[in-house]
Amino acid sequence: MRIPLSWLRDHVEIPAADPAAWLHATLVRVGFEEEAVHGGGLRGPIVVGRVLSIEEEPQKNGKTIRWCQVDVGEPNGGVRGIVCGALNFVEGDRVVVTLPGASLPGGFEIAARKTYGHVSDGMIASERELGLGDDHDGIMRLDQLGIPGEVGEDALAILGLDDQAVEINVTPDRGYALSLRGIAREVASATGQAFRDPAVIDAGEGSGFPVAIDDASPIRGRVGCSRFVVRVVRGIDSTRATPSWLAGRLRLAGIRSISLPVDITNYVMLELGQPIHGYDLGKLRGGLGVRRARPGERLTTLDDVDRALHPEDLVITDDRGAIGLAGVMGGAETEMDASTTDVLIEAATFDGVSIGRTARRHKLFSEASKRFERGVDPAVADAAAARVAQLLVELAGGELDALGARVGEVPEPAPLRIPVGYWRALTGADYTDAEARDALERIGASVEDDGEAWAVVPPTWRGDLVDREGLVEEVARIVGFDRIPAVLPVAPPGRGYTRAQRLRRRIADALASSGLTEVLVAPFVTEAQARLTGSEPVRLENPLDGERPWLRTALLPGMLDTAHRNAGRGLTDLAIFELGRTFHAVDGQGTEALPGADARPADDVLASLDALPEQPLHLAAVLVGERVRKQPGVAAVRFGVADAIEVAERAARTAGLALEVRQGERSWLHPGRTAELLLDGEVVGVAGELLPSVAAEADLPRVVAVVELDLGTLVERARVGLDTQRIAPVPAATQDLSLVVPVAVPAGEVLAAVREGAGDLLEHIALVDDYRGAGLGAGEKSLTFALRFRGADRTLTAAEASDAKLAGLAVATARHGARLRD
Amino acid sequence: MTDPHTSDDLGARVEAAVGAALLAIEAAQTTAELQAAKAAHNGQGSALAALNASLREIAPEERKAAGQLIGGGRQQVGAAIAARQGELEAAEEAAQLEAERIDVTALPRLQRPGGRHPLTLLQEEMGDVFVGMGWEIAEGPELEHEWYNFDALNVDPDHPARSESDTFYVAPADRHLVLRTQTSPVQIRSLLTRELPVYVVAPGRVYRTDDIDATHLPVFTQLEGLAVDKGITMAHLRGTLEHLARQMFGEEARIRLRPNYFPFTEPSAEMDVWHPGMRGGARWVEWGGCGMVNPNVLRAAGVDPEVHSGFAFGMGIERTLQFRYQLDDMRDMIEGDVRFTEQFGMVI
Repeated sequence: MRIPLSWLRDHVEIPAADPAAWLHATLVRVGFEEEAVHGGGLRGPIVVGRVLSIEEEPQKNGKTIRWCQVDVGEPNGGVRGIVCGALNFVEGDRVVVTLPGASLPGGFEIAARKTYGHVSDGMIASERELGLGDDHDGIMRLDQLGIPGEVGEDALAILGLDDQAVEINVTPDRGYALSLRGIAREVASATGQAFRDPAVIDAGEGSGFPVAIDDASPIRGRVGCSRFVVRVVRGIDSTRATPSWLAGRLRLAGIRSISLPVDITNYVMLELGQPIHGYDLGKLRGGLGVRRARPGERLTTLDDVDRALHPEDLVITDDRGAIGLAGVMGGAETEMDASTTDVLIEAATFDGVSIGRTARRHKLFSEASKRFERGVDPAVADAAAARVAQLLVELAGGELDALGARVGEVPEPAPLRIPVGYWRALTGADYTDAEARDALERIGASVEDDGEAWAVVPPTWRGDLVDREGLVEEVARIVGFDRIPAVLPVAPPGRGYTRAQRLRRRIADALASSGLTEVLVAPFVTEAQARLTGSEPVRLENPLDGERPWLRTALLPGMLDTAHRNAGRGLTDLAIFELGRTFHAVDGQGTEALPGADARPADDVLASLDALPEQPLHLAAVLVGERVRKQPGVAAVRFGVADAIEVAERAARTAGLALEVRQGERSWLHPGRTAELLLDGEVVGVAGELLPSVAAEADLPRVVAVVELDLGTLVERARVGLDTQRIAPVPAATQDLSLVVPVAVPAGEVLAAVREGAGDLLEHIALVDDYRGAGLGAGEKSLTFALRFRGADRTLTAAEASDAKLAGLAVATARHGARLRD
Repeated sequence: MTDPHTSDDLGARVEAAVGAALLAIEAAQTTAELQAAKAAHNGQGSALAALNASLREIAPEERKAAGQLIGGGRQQVGAAIAARQGELEAAEEAAQLEAERIDVTALPRLQRPGGRHPLTLLQEEMGDVFVGMGWEIAEGPELEHEWYNFDALNVDPDHPARSESDTFYVAPADRHLVLRTQTSPVQIRSLLTRELPVYVVAPGRVYRTDDIDATHLPVFTQLEGLAVDKGITMAHLRGTLEHLARQMFGEEARIRLRPNYFPFTEPSAEMDVWHPGMRGGARWVEWGGCGMVNPNVLRAAGVDPEVHSGFAFGMGIERTLQFRYQLDDMRDMIEGDVRFTEQFGMVI
């Protein structure tokens, strides 16, 4: 909302010195955020002139200048010679002339000066030079722009340039503040001064014009139109120019001047907050009606768009059918134009929900719809219609007619009960009862005190005040939020982070400490990416990127994009990880109905709301390029599947778990370099190297090691407790075991067999060598394990250790045909 | 020839053998040479060994004196060997150490530097502040039922924020699933599942249909706070925020509340923080929204507003990070360029 200061001064006092800053400071205190200041920074004389003649004079530099004779009015020195470089105007144009002594934005001083062989006695101005906008370099041609003003008149006033507007942000609960009336009242409330209410006028009443409100299907039980006031003014001259003071104020408020009657309706809307529609009475057929649109009904609105109406749209009708989209935009057929003489003024109260839906449906957000959606004072329609009539009479030469209508009721606001002192109890501030009463009365409420509580009747324009907390907010903002002290509340003893929260953090720390870099990736992916893992994905109705309407079912696809972005920036050796949610559709997700929120829904209703897509927390890592770069004495080591498995194992170990690794297969991974990661026999993750074609599609090098793990499950199954034993203080016996098995037998399975056969004496076993070649048959390999044996309470003999080792071999032989290597 | 068995003669021989031995020991330049000298002058077949062996032939009454004479010589030689051994070993160790000298500025690094993302680090740090006060960390789904994201938070079904211009809806939209637009649904879940009083913060990802620019991300992180207890006031809200502000921005940080509007709180306020370390000088910066929990929200969660009151607040973690580290462009936070994260390492 932009507030022209001259206009605000009509209703409330504003200091002369730096008024814009003062107004900002005042309004911020009561809840209106500062946006900008418009206008200002100019000093006259700046007047309207008429270009009498133009002589074009080509210059040596190839440029053509114009030597113009411009009439700026007798009091300003009559006809002056002015040099101008712009070519977009013609003889006879009305223009803005800045005369010597004037000062433009940026401190540009105008003086008579010699240039191109002439004395230029002023300047013909463009919008840009006047600070009106950046778009137009050309000279302002007032006739073309519809800007009034006689030759010699002060252009500052006509353009509103002697004025400034302060722009503030109005929160959606405060519709009343989308008017000069509302803002003036706020300024008065904030500063404790009196306020001249522009809505207090002798409204009078017209009668005899037929108006019928018939809302057959109210939305959410609210009738679309509660009040409809009509006044008629006859015999206006629509071609009269809008007075400069009015056009200037509109311009500063951000509304373009269109024609005098339209400008008047907009002016009154800004002044009182009541949207007005003016009809050309001569174009209306019969009386007016308000109803919902009929199926198939169409309407061409003022913006010349032919619209298919929805049965929920509220329309204004005459005998021919819909002639306007109520509260949003009028129709083209009954529009006022230059020939209009008789005007029918409509000031109505429409339901905000209905108007909001229509505006969104037709993507038609007008000044009117914005106000109705946020709430228009239902009691101001009479005053607004009368004010429009008054201005049409005064400025357009019309005559107020007795014809009119007043249909519907102004609802009485219901009193709200608030216990005395609640303004202190809820805020912790020491607001006195007297201050509270004063604040409530300042905003227009009435207060009745019955000793224990107050009955507060909010004013008609404060439909947002529906409970006692709302009243406390008014007290706090008028008396001052700065009176609220700072007191730290004492919470009961807490339990700290949950186990899962602690583990997730430790796992992330462990991975980062081991050389991986954490990334955060947006979950929006393509269908191919979403379907990579075979899980059923979730699609968005309104994605930002039409290529990526799906939510990720795995972290890796998005992370490959991240890896690619890094590679594109020259970061080709990369180890990144992410902890993030994935999304998996479930049958029957969501609900058909939305439960009410008046009270806690029943348990079964709450349970139904939890039919959400599954959102397990995953951990994934992408490893590309060199793990160890080439350095003095060290050869480069490239990332491979082993590193990916290690990432998973590190995470598992941090949760006190050991993953089982087994050979696996995934369509998108290297068939020979894929590991399934298991916990208690259940696959909880997969590690491997990307299939080269998948890596190529992601525009990454051929070898990309990746791992993705269901971190939620891992954390859930984190080891709890431990069956600890005394650490045996006896020496260990170490032995090696080399055995021969077919190449296809996974070493992990041989190891498991040996471990199983060796029994409890085997404390530790590790694969130390995998040999193929001379001395072995084709298709054979020799695996060497280092074994460490220890007795629980005594030193083992060499024979005991050997027996255990051979028992291990025996199981490996039985299971995998292993033989001892000679 | 003189009689070898006269004592004067023996003395001269011992002296000569010892002298020769000491010369050889002195001459040894390596432990190996020393070993050779030791064998030649003190081992079997050496002059001293021969003299020792000749003791048998000496008259018993002279044998003791002769034995002492030879023993003394051998001792002297033994001591010289030990001393020289020590010298040579020290020299050889020093030589070896010198030979092992390397350029410590050119050593290989086998592990890469990793790092946590500053947003998650900051999220954890903010959580720590509250856990330190006895609060707990609450969590909720990112893909949420519309009821939790809007209705229960007193956001009317016709509120403009529910339109598709702000909220990501899951297809089909009539199943009422959304990507949460704020962490506030966790307020409702906390009130529905926890015993009163409730003091929780809920950090997490939220989603809005904003196009990416320097100050807007469609996916960002919020920290939501909620305290519901008997007698909670706005003063408690301000006290809590000032405490957090001081942890985030230093002891001089302060909080300013300005009236604002949110459907889920009343009174509602915009919170500004006085940031002493702001580039270009200390100033107020907009930090987030807050207020007293709207009684309609308490009722929807089954809490009696006649008995309990509460406050809630929410702020962007990206914004907090932006102020603390003077980051001009939020896009750096989500592009995943590892250089951004690695400048923070493990510390924020």
